[in-house]
Order: sequence, then C-alpha cells, then structure tokens
Amino acid sequence: MTASTLFEKLWRAHEVVPETADRPAVLYIDLHLVHEVTSPQAFAVLRSRGLPVRRRDRTVGTMDHSTPTRADELYGRVPIRLESAARQVRELEKNAAEFGVELLGIEHPDRGIVHIIGPELGLTQPGKTIVCGDSHTSTHGAFGALAFGIGTTEVGHVLATQCLLQRKPRTLAVNVTGRLAPGVTAKDLVLAIIQRLGVGGGTGHVLEYRGATIEALSMDERMTVCNMSIEAGARAGLVAPDETTFAYLQGRPRAPQGAAWDAALAAWRGLRSDPGARFDRELAIDASNLQPMITYGTNPGMSVGLDEAIPAKGGDAIHAKALEYMGLAAGQRMRGQKIEVVFIGSCTNGRLSDLRAAAGVLRGRRTAPGVKLLVVPGSQRIKREAEREGLDRVFVEAGAEWRESGCSMCLGMNGDLVERGAYCVSTSNRNFEGRQGVGARTLLASPVTAAASAIEGRVADPRAFLS
Amino acid sequence: MDPIRTIRSRTVVMPRPNIDTDQIMPARFLTTTTREGLGQHLFADWRYDASGQPVADFVLNRPEAAGCRILVAGRNIGCGSSREHAPWGLYDYGFRAVISTEIADIFRNNSLKNGLLPVIVDEATHGWLIEHPGAEVTVDLERSALGLPDGREVSFPIEAFARYCLLNGVDELGYLESQSAAIRAYEAEAGK
Repeated sequence: MTASTLFEKLWRAHEVVPETADRPAVLYIDLHLVHEVTSPQAFAVLRSRGLPVRRRDRTVGTMDHSTPTRADELYGRVPIRLESAARQVRELEKNAAEFGVELLGIEHPDRGIVHIIGPELGLTQPGKTIVCGDSHTSTHGAFGALAFGIGTTEVGHVLATQCLLQRKPRTLAVNVTGRLAPGVTAKDLVLAIIQRLGVGGGTGHVLEYRGATIEALSMDERMTVCNMSIEAGARAGLVAPDETTFAYLQGRPRAPQGAAWDAALAAWRGLRSDPGARFDRELAIDASNLQPMITYGTNPGMSVGLDEAIPAKGGDAIHAKALEYMGLAAGQRMRGQKIEVVFIGSCTNGRLSDLRAAAGVLRGRRTAPGVKLLVVPGSQRIKREAEREGLDRVFVEAGAEWRESGCSMCLGMNGDLVERGAYCVSTSNRNFEGRQGVGARTLLASPVTAAASAIEGRVADPRAFLS
Repeated sequence: MDPIRTIRSRTVVMPRPNIDTDQIMPARFLTTTTREGLGQHLFADWRYDASGQPVADFVLNRPEAAGCRILVAGRNIGCGSSREHAPWGLYDYGFRAVISTEIADIFRNNSLKNGLLPVIVDEATHGWLIEHPGAEVTVDLERSALGLPDGREVSFPIEAFARYCLLNGVDELGYLESQSAAIRAYEAEAGK
C-alpha cells in the first residue's frame, strides 16, 4: 500500500460514497457543533421539510457570538441591549428544545466559544470529522481531526443527514523547525506562516503542520496555529496526534474512558502521515529567527516583526488603501504606535494558558491612562479556573474589565465594539476593515504583546517584560 | 430552487483583492434569523458613510450600476468568515454571478448553494473585465463559458454536480437524503 498523509487517512475513513468525476464524495461527519448565528435558517429548512435531526448524539449547540459578556445582561438581570441578539439566543433555545439537540446554553457551566469548549470537554478527538457553521472550526485540527467551517445550507445538510457533499482538497505540508525565542509565541508563528503563504495561499488545501517546533507545542498552542489556517484560505489545518494530545484528552468529561480509552488510543496512534507520504505542496519555516509579530494592514497576511518597518510597496494601490484605513505609513515601525484599546480573548487566544501569559506580564502593573483593556475568557470553565488562580484579580487590579465568556470584541456582534478610528491590539484572528466596529483599526498580536501594549499605551515589545 | 442556464448582464467592477465576507456583510447584520432582506446591508460600510448617507463614488451607488447582475471582483473574493449571509446578501441585492481569478473555498461553496455562480477566469480575461466596467457579458452555465462582447468565449471550471443541480433546479439536500441506505450501511460498518 502506498504511503498516505494524515489527511488522506481521515478522508478515507469517512467516505460514505467516494467521489467520481460527476459526483462529490458523501462524507460522514462525526461531530457537529452548532451556534446561534449560523443555525436558525438551517433549522427552518428541517422544519419546513418535516425532517428530524438525524444524529442528536453527534450534535452539540452553544451560544457565543451574539451573547453579552456582562453578567447582568447575560443572566437576565437586565435585558440584553441588542434586541436582535436576544432574539437569536431565544431562537436557538427554541430550536434545540424542538429538535432535541443538546444545548450548552446561557446558564450552562460548560458554555463558551464553540471552538474552545469542544476540546476542553473532550468532544474534539483525533480521527473525527468535525464541522460547524464557523470558519474557525479549523481549530479542532490541532487534535488530528479533520475539521472545517461550513455555511448554513450545509449546517442543514449535516443536521438532516450527518453528511456533506465534498470534493477532496489538496494537501500542503508546513514544516516548521527551530526553537521559538522567549516572548515569541504560537500566535507569532502562525502570523508568520500566513504572511509567507498569503491570505489566499492555502485555498483548496488542507495544511498539515509538522516538524520539531510543532511537536514541542502544547495543545493550546497547536490550537492557536490551526485556528488561523483559514486566514491563509486553507480548508483545514492538522497536527498529528501524539503523547501531548493524549495527555490533554485523558480524563476529559466527553473523552473515552476505561477500555474505550485504550481502544481509542490504539487507533489514534496510527493517525500520522506515513514516511514518504506525498503532499501536493510543501513550505519550510525556520521559527528560530522569528520575532513577535503584529499586523499593520487590513488582512492577517499584512504583518511585520516588532523590530521591522511597515514595508513600502510603491505603486501598490491596495497596500496604500490599507495603510490609509489604518492611519499608518510605510517605513513606520509598529512599536511605539499609540493605542486606545486592548482585547485579550477569542477562539484564537482565549484559553487558560493565554490568560496566564497575559497575567504574567500585567501582574503588579497598571494599564496606561486612557487605555481600555478587555479580558474575555474563552469559556465559563476557563473563567472559573482563572478565578481560582487569581488571574481575574491581576487583570482587574491592572485596570482591566473581566467578563463572561464569548466571542465578544473579536467581531463585535454582541456590542463589545472598538470606536471609529481607535487602535486596538487584539489577540483575535481578523483585522479586516470594521471587524471590531465601523472604522476600528485592529492590530493582531499575541497575548503577551497585547498585555505589554496595554501597560505602555503603545505597541510594546513583550520581551521587555519577561521575568 | 429555479433552474439557471444563462445570465446576461452588464458588469460591476470592484478590483480590490481579498474582499472578505466582513465587508460583503458586516457582522452586526448577522443577528437575523431569516435569509431574506440582506441586500439592503450589502457592503454597508462601503456604501454608506458614518451618517448613513450613500457614498457617492462607491461603485454600487453609481447610476450605471443599477440592474447589473454580475460582479467582477479582485482575486480571493469571499475570504474570511463562513457566513452564508454574504452570498444571501449578494443574491438579494440582485447579483447572480461573481467573477474573479480566485474565489475563497467556503464562500464559493455557499454561493453555489444559493444560485450565485462563482466564475473563475484567467488573469488576462480578468484584466480585460477590470479594464471594461459595464461590459455586457454572458455567463453560460450549460456550456461553462463566459461570453465577452467581442464574441470571444472563455470556459470556466465549475464542480460537475453543483452545475447539474443548478441547471436542473435539483436540491442537494434531496440528493443527500436519497443516499440514506449508504449512510446507514456506513454507520453500521464503521460502528457509528
């Protein structure tokens, strides 16, 4: 038998009907995560056709995008400010009840951002196919699961049939070697990868992150990397499961237990690309000379190292337009750029280790006058754990607002917005025009860069704050 | 869905590359629970200024854009979020085809499911279209060909089954439901 990539193994194991020239494959979906924004119209299709949810046991819903992060609004002590958001939350509650879908709803202690709770509950496992009506579903690929975002029509397809019609994507190996320097994080690594690939460079491909640098990353770090695969246009990102993966999953509430764990482990150990397996493309990255990265433009591929100047691209009208929107100039260094807002959170960097890293920088320090710092944990579990460790006190004493979990200021759907013209150092994943509010200027960076910048009121180098 | 065969229209040109779905449909309009009526919010932050007035020189606000059903966009249109609200908005506004050199995966899939044809063309053809806004062109789905005003035809790739569904008004969910015996057999065999 010929050598196979991890992706090919995952694909083959889920082909209900293989693809032909005339027909796409019918691909089986093991886990379908559902949230309030991209599901209402899908449930409406099922209702209009009289169809049930085929596999309720493979479907889990939660609320994250439009939910308030202020406790009084979230828990109904005051009304949700945005009426349309309140309606969407009620709609998912109604749909989940009517179709018998498990919902980790507003009051549930396991509620959180859909891509954070899947892994932390152990729902996300190696070898699974996982979909969600959200492009950052690529996060779950960190476990060696084939995970990708779908639109609402396809959400309906999976609810009704547990399957999708799919064409087989191509493969791209991202080989990363070299040790990350202190203060340089997984976020900086993935920003560098996207810079290299370009925001459309991964289109039609599944990325497999490989090499010693990737193997040395924690699960939280691998999730940060896989999360942003979509920002290079990739269909999905993958990391082969290993002892780090298994140690993370063992004992999680929805992970296999006892004999089932042993059986799962035996199967999971085979989930890696065979020696000699061929990828359609390969990219090599040396991580040892990376520095902390920050974006300067209006897509995640437009980034520089903190010590570098914004590139000049004479005659490139698009580059000029992005800089005009951002109020920045070619030749300028990002370090020292004055900022007004810092957001720490999101499915990219809202996990416990991210909060610990940010708190490590902020401990005993204060945010600069006039800087608003918003810290939003990725899930209620993370919130409770952070509070047990006293991280919330570090943030609050530094002058931050500490909120309930959700997507929050990553996309501002719930009203957590950056004002027009303001600069926000954000640990999220997209710096598109208006993403964090109409006219808002987003600078994507790691949690430690964000924390250091909050202290200085300017884009700051986290390496100056390392103890 | 109604069958689609050909779309003939003048083009609207937005040459900027990497037009993401946050621009096509900003997040604050995603709190809807239906798929109708999103055309009014299409490109909202480019179409309207801070006071809600139309931006006069934005291409969709110009008189010659009225009635155009084909959008020519810079490379990699539709990148970013998986929100199907983006193609819903384009369709509701009146567009029936989007032409570019590259179209982001999820957006392309979502478009095909909503009667919005994603048409991928070579650099030279794209360059000509960018240089000739308002050109009257024909997207012929049956022949997978784009017809230019001078009579030239350029073929474009389109996934065979999606094309079949669009031409015949076949609904993909219905097709998937017809596979239920195979799905049951797979679940039994794979222990699912």
